[in-house]
Amino acid sequence: MSVEHNAGSLPGRRGGMAAPATPGARQAPASTPYVYDVTRKYWLFIAPATIVVGLVIVFPWIFTLWMSAHEWNVTGDHAFVALANYKKLLTDQRFLDSMWRTFWFTLLATLIPIVLGVWAALVFHREFPFRGILRTVFVMPMMATPVAIALVWTMMFHPQLGVLNYLLSLVGIAPFAWVYDPNTVIPTLVLVEVWHWTPLVMLIVLGGLAGLPTDPYEAALIDGASSWQMFRYITWPLILPYVMIALVIRTIDSLKVFDTIAVISQGGPGTASETLNYFLYLQAFQFYNLGYASAVVVIFFVIIIALSLLLLYLRQRTKWTD
Amino acid sequence: MASQSMHGAAIGRKPVRTWIALGLSVLLLVSPAVLVFLWMLSLSLKTEIDNIAFPPVFIPDPPTLANYVEVFEKNRILLYFWNSVLVTGGAVLFGLLVGVPAGYGIARAKAGKAAVLILIARMTPALSYLIPLFLLFQVIGLVGTIWALIITHLVITIPIIVWVMIGYFEGVPKELEDAARVDGASIWQSFRYIALPLARPGIVVGAILAFIFSWNNFIFSVVLGGKNTRTLPSAVYNMLTFEQLAWGPLAAAALLVTLPVLLVTAFAQREIIAGLSSGGLKDG
Repeated sequence: MSVEHNAGSLPGRRGGMAAPATPGARQAPASTPYVYDVTRKYWLFIAPATIVVGLVIVFPWIFTLWMSAHEWNVTGDHAFVALANYKKLLTDQRFLDSMWRTFWFTLLATLIPIVLGVWAALVFHREFPFRGILRTVFVMPMMATPVAIALVWTMMFHPQLGVLNYLLSLVGIAPFAWVYDPNTVIPTLVLVEVWHWTPLVMLIVLGGLAGLPTDPYEAALIDGASSWQMFRYITWPLILPYVMIALVIRTIDSLKVFDTIAVISQGGPGTASETLNYFLYLQAFQFYNLGYASAVVVIFFVIIIALSLLLLYLRQRTKWTD
Repeated sequence: MASQSMHGAAIGRKPVRTWIALGLSVLLLVSPAVLVFLWMLSLSLKTEIDNIAFPPVFIPDPPTLANYVEVFEKNRILLYFWNSVLVTGGAVLFGLLVGVPAGYGIARAKAGKAAVLILIARMTPALSYLIPLFLLFQVIGLVGTIWALIITHLVITIPIIVWVMIGYFEGVPKELEDAARVDGASIWQSFRYIALPLARPGIVVGAILAFIFSWNNFIFSVVLGGKNTRTLPSAVYNMLTFEQLAWGPLAAAALLVTLPVLLVTAFAQREIIAGLSSGGLKDG
């Protein structure tokens, strides 16, 4: 029973929020006043959520914008400083370094899961024994509590006693310092991020693969196309919109990484793994420069909005390919 | 061409080669997940001597539950577990209460702008909400209380639930409701008796995803949680700072923190995969 409902509701979901309008509403102009009246009543359903969202989400956004124009410390003393916080950020080497570091981290923590995730989706799209169980196991990392998993990675990265250096020594590779070396700390944290979030890319692309038509493949097989050609010229163009959605979501999520860094490296050694979000945390809740931190939030927010709008645009694109 | 003849020859052998490639791919893809979880289990079942032995001891021999006993004796883990249940449970329930009708309203009114707001809310870093909420809770004296955490976790649960519900309500045929309306049903009745039952799988998916991402949240409790009100993830983080070297108890605690989520994932994987493959949702 519930499976039936599930299947029935999925096609609508793939279209995203701007699903095809109900034909009835468009085709019968005579019923327009009735529809208009009803549409207004629907706001009653949205009202409670609007109030709550206004209080816990929109209020913080506006308040942060206001705070970013103030010098603010934790005792509540504050003075209006206009754009001084932003000007200070532009010359704050620690902030600029964190931006640059975030850029590299995001680039790696986006592209690697995309490549692995597309591969995984192609694999799990095939039929093979125990596929359901293996897929569940594969998806587990993205559900696991990041803090708990980060603790285990911390022990695995230990330079002397960690299991990873032991395993590397078995194949003749010299031990790594992992998170204890400024040069390897970012790639190491990327490794953890890749472990966590490759499954998300896999699930999004798998959703795209599920909607593929079979006729082009049959035609290509008759024409003697190789499997690489079939992937390159049929599968890839068709799943590309889904890959782009995964790309944007991964980009946003990599920008926001916090738990992993807080547990494994605390931004260190020195400031070698201090990304934008960790810099923000330190300014706000370790140094209590609340106004200054608010300016960081605003910059962060602008980046996120731009990426979210790109995501929405891409969702529309996937609708057309259906 | 050479490639063509090779391809012709490959057709006969294809099944075997394909199966080997597929098997290897699955092995390579699944093993990192399996190894990390098994290593966590292994660390939690070994004595401290075995845990810091080099070369590492892989299989606990004999396995010991001493680490788990220590976690329960030395830490108030049951209290933190209860806090997590209250915070996540409260935020999910309240999120459903306001989020499900909102998803219905947005889907039916085709309120695209409201949906964009929800998407941006879901994308914004959780940390960015914390500064104003922290100040607000300070003013009204809520810092360190469970209520502050429940309210803040709404930032996670509401966007997920609304986003999932929009999709599911869009999948409920409007014609059914129109028919009921013609027969004299009120808008509330058509929501309550037609749309809501049909969108029940969506409620399950939304509740599960909201539960997982709220349970996993760490930063809210670090900043807003008090000594007696912190949730499991931040409690285990605190253990790390105090017990740097006690690997066994740490691994045991880590496993206990993430176990509820892993169990939910195992039992509800169908719903989770349906929800995520189309919505691409994740925590703040």
